[in-house]
Amino acid sequence: MRFIKKISYEQDVRLFQHEGQIFWYSLLVMSVLIAPALLDTFYIGELSLVFIYAISGIGLMILVGYTGLVSLGHAAFLAIGAYTHACLLAVGVPFVVSMICATFFSALIGGLIGIPALRMTGIYLAVATLAFASIVEQILTHWVSVTGGFRGMAVELPRVLGVELYDAVPFYYLCLGILVVCLLLALNLLRSPMGRAMRAIRDSEIPARSMGIHLAFTKTLAFAISAGFTGLAGSLLAHRIGYLAPDSFTLLISIQLLIMVVVGGLGSLHGVIYGAVFICFLPQIIAIMRDFLPTAIARIPGLEPGIFGLILVLFLIYEPHGIYGRWLKFRHYFEQFPLYRKAAHKRQKSYLRTERLR
Amino acid sequence: MEVIQLLISGTSQGCVYGLIALGFVLIYKATEMVNFAQGDIMMLGAFFAFTYISILEFNFFIALAATIVTMAALGALLERTILRSMIGEPPFSVLMLTIGLGFIIRAVAGAIWGNEPRSIPTPYAGGVLSYREVIVGYENIVIILGTLLICGFLFLFFKFSRLGIAMQAVSQNQLAAYYLGVPVKRIYSLVWALSAIISAVAGILIAPVSLISPLMGFIGIKAFAAAIVGGFGSLPGAIIGGLIIGIVEQFAGLYLPTGFSDVSAYVVLLLMLLIRPQGIFASMQQKKV
Repeated sequence: MRFIKKISYEQDVRLFQHEGQIFWYSLLVMSVLIAPALLDTFYIGELSLVFIYAISGIGLMILVGYTGLVSLGHAAFLAIGAYTHACLLAVGVPFVVSMICATFFSALIGGLIGIPALRMTGIYLAVATLAFASIVEQILTHWVSVTGGFRGMAVELPRVLGVELYDAVPFYYLCLGILVVCLLLALNLLRSPMGRAMRAIRDSEIPARSMGIHLAFTKTLAFAISAGFTGLAGSLLAHRIGYLAPDSFTLLISIQLLIMVVVGGLGSLHGVIYGAVFICFLPQIIAIMRDFLPTAIARIPGLEPGIFGLILVLFLIYEPHGIYGRWLKFRHYFEQFPLYRKAAHKRQKSYLRTERLR
Repeated sequence: MEVIQLLISGTSQGCVYGLIALGFVLIYKATEMVNFAQGDIMMLGAFFAFTYISILEFNFFIALAATIVTMAALGALLERTILRSMIGEPPFSVLMLTIGLGFIIRAVAGAIWGNEPRSIPTPYAGGVLSYREVIVGYENIVIILGTLLICGFLFLFFKFSRLGIAMQAVSQNQLAAYYLGVPVKRIYSLVWALSAIISAVAGILIAPVSLISPLMGFIGIKAFAAAIVGGFGSLPGAIIGGLIIGIVEQFAGLYLPTGFSDVSAYVVLLLMLLIRPQGIFASMQQKKV
């Protein structure tokens, strides 16, 4: 068991709390860097998908895990990022510029949706984003001259500074690089006053307001940032799927993104990564499972969304802190080994905290 | 004439939205939980009615009663087994829990009844009432009358019955109600039962107009829009919001290009949030510091 001696205030906001973390994280980075040399191309492709999901998960985690708001329409921002990027590439804008434009355009749209939706309680945002996602889906279907409608549109191959990245391995490194940058951005955001303001709002709005935090502004900014990250992930996703169609960005995708952050563990960036791994491999596990189940069950039309729903419900009831929370408990058990007490992680009884005046 | 025709069909569609929104607002007011599975509960109600009428061949009214009893039990059971444990959790976890529940209910319904659309035979199906050029199907009239009946019943229930007043007390202040001897937990179950009943009736009413299928629960999303337009947490607001959305949708379907009718509900919602975020009947206030 490690005890950290606090000798300065800056210690609390350091990226790495102790040397052990530096060691393990560099080990992780090394293994991810050499992964393409060891793994099959298929798995490299899957891993880049994990990275893309993780980028959008960072965005959603900032919103759900750190600000305590729910968006049911993040697929719309994935779509906005993907289509903006594809359209800009099609008219000859350079790759990097187009990706940055896609990010900021998504963030802008997110801010515009957030302004009306965040003046009231968080439920308004959930419903408004749901509405917004439906509107975006219709626009993608009916604005044929730009989006190609149902037929969809092809995405040009990624070409960064003259280097073509259409192979799996260079694309893998591209996604990895952007993911690392996003993680650092998010970490820095979360230890800044803005990040602490967001957490204060999540924990309780009235004290946050008493401390001088402008609720509507902070929430809207959090939502815009979240939309921006998701838009960036969308622009990478456009290359991953290669051909954009409106049915790649449905309500189910929004829900999957939410499941990702809940299952991973709300309120931790580690959780995003766990969640992204989980969400990418679950459909394959379900597909394998179908072969073993009796056909009557395997043929149920809504089986996959149903299983997603079941997992979401089970996690919310039995492990609200997700995979990461479970890991922390696991680690705690071994750190304390002979002295571990069951009550250490017992959930406290909680009561309804009303958000209403009358 | 066209306008009147559209108004009537919009009203009947809006009544269904209003009823689902009503079920949702009831739960929200009493327990502060947002039930995103309301549309799916409606779907389940419609399928139970289908089972009683078409498979077990009950008389329509007996089937109606049986559906109401089944759905009340189911609503209470859902609250007791799953949502009771979520009391005190942050609002967004409850919200996501009900979203997950919605997916499960949809998959289960798909497994039991299959995914092809079905219809419920009703004693009033097919008949029309015509006055000059306006033609109104009996099913639309039944929807409007049924909604009026439910609203009247709810009004009397909340105004005069002991249980209704207890529910109001719980929704105003849970702790105070508990101190005064109101069995808060039982009231929660009963509120869920009541809300499930209202949704089930909405499902039966809409069945002759639009066929029933496991995916019909998605009109619940429009009902949320209705609840917010009407003023989140206001019972008359839910119905009024439903009517507005139903009518706007009909007009958008006729006068605007394709695609607009599907999203008009959401456009109305976003406009409402811009102009008057607290809704028509403002019942929610932000806490001030």
